[in-house]
Amino acid sequence: MRALYKGIIKRDLELAFRQKSELMQPLMFLLVVVTLFPLGIGPGPDTLQRIGPGVIWVAAILSSLLGMERLFRDDFADGSLEQMQLSGLPLYQIALCKIITHWLVSFTPLLMLSPLLALFLNLTLSMYVALLITLLLGTPVISLIGAIAVGLTTGLQRGSLLLALLLIPIFIPLLIFATSAVESAAMQLPYGPQIAIIAAIMLVALALSPFAVSYALKVSQN
Amino acid sequence: MWKWLHPYAKTESAYQLCSSLKPWLWGGALLSLAVGTVWGLAFAPADYQQGDSFRIIYIHVPSAILSMGTYVAMAVAALVGIVWQWRTAFMSMIAMAPVGALMTFIALFTGAAWGKPMWGAWWVWDARLTSELILLFLYFGVMALYVAFDDKQQAGKAAGVMALVGVVNVPIIHYSVEWWNTLHQGATISKFDTPSIAPEMLWPLLINLLGFALFIAAVTVVRLQNEILRREIHRPWVQQLAASRLEQKKVEPRHAV
Repeated sequence: MRALYKGIIKRDLELAFRQKSELMQPLMFLLVVVTLFPLGIGPGPDTLQRIGPGVIWVAAILSSLLGMERLFRDDFADGSLEQMQLSGLPLYQIALCKIITHWLVSFTPLLMLSPLLALFLNLTLSMYVALLITLLLGTPVISLIGAIAVGLTTGLQRGSLLLALLLIPIFIPLLIFATSAVESAAMQLPYGPQIAIIAAIMLVALALSPFAVSYALKVSQN
Repeated sequence: MWKWLHPYAKTESAYQLCSSLKPWLWGGALLSLAVGTVWGLAFAPADYQQGDSFRIIYIHVPSAILSMGTYVAMAVAALVGIVWQWRTAFMSMIAMAPVGALMTFIALFTGAAWGKPMWGAWWVWDARLTSELILLFLYFGVMALYVAFDDKQQAGKAAGVMALVGVVNVPIIHYSVEWWNTLHQGATISKFDTPSIAPEMLWPLLINLLGFALFIAAVTVVRLQNEILRREIHRPWVQQLAASRLEQKKVEPRHAV
């Protein structure tokens, strides 16, 4: 059994790394969006430090929406998703594998890029540590909840704008707690509670989302 | 209870139930809205601090409470539809969505109009205001997802999943005034043992709350009937119904001159 799941993850990773342009585009978008803010708002170090964590999080959410469709689109289009459903493996476990791959492909590069972003926006070390923790715990939520909406809209022709409309309101609480954690870190205050809430959101999403995704995929397949 | 409830999974009996409920709901809604609004706006005593401008509470609080209540009702309908595969449950969920969105908009609008004289600002990024705004977006999301599908059966299921995902926002709105130290004041009427509002101000508020609830139910019932007719337009009972309506009104078929 375990070999099968490893196989699914490996296949998806390989497919993702073959389409390098699709892999890189959201990252470039992220970098460009973050660059816009110092130019638009003014490059004062204090201003940047204050808006920095929010800018990084907003850019992360927006750039993840760009690549989100990829989660099920190709497999849905060429019918391999249907084959996986017929394979006898529980669909929610397949969904979880796909979500894990999506997180690895979209957010590990972002995490690696984050020191550079922190440098751009003049974050202090303690702020950066807090930001890294919120990104580590928070970005899986984006993949988990995003997969539900992608599963629902995957059969539609023009799903990508709808996806943003559905998902951004749901990500707002995540954004609020994440930026408030980094703000507390900036003022040398403890930010454990915010981290705990983000972790709780992540665990609840992890427990429930695969089932919702499998139902959503069944609805899409009709 | 299930034996009693089960027949309404059929569209025809749901339609008839709507028809028999409709006059009661409209009558009750108009009566209690008239009584509550006139009592609240004209006869309730003025607030010792806010003067007469507190009277917007009689619109603001019922619409805000019911914006959340409608969302919960929508989520329950979605759950019933997903678990028991009721088509009428999805139809009523979609019938409720725009009404709930309207209530959320009224709550936000009256809140802004109240906030201007009291807080000195139309809008502040306060926890409760923000979460109510998110609620409006969630309603929009459910409605947008529903219209995006051509197959309305599939659309109902998809929108139902989205409605269930968004239901986590409701407790956040309700407890936002307790969890965060906000500009928005705390709950006024939900703590009945130690109410922080005078009874002569409270009564019209409760009557208006009932009136808003009945109004939402009445509009939902009408929208549900329309939805059923639209979806079942090719079924014999709908065509019979249309034929009998035409006969009642004695509509003369128009002839080309």
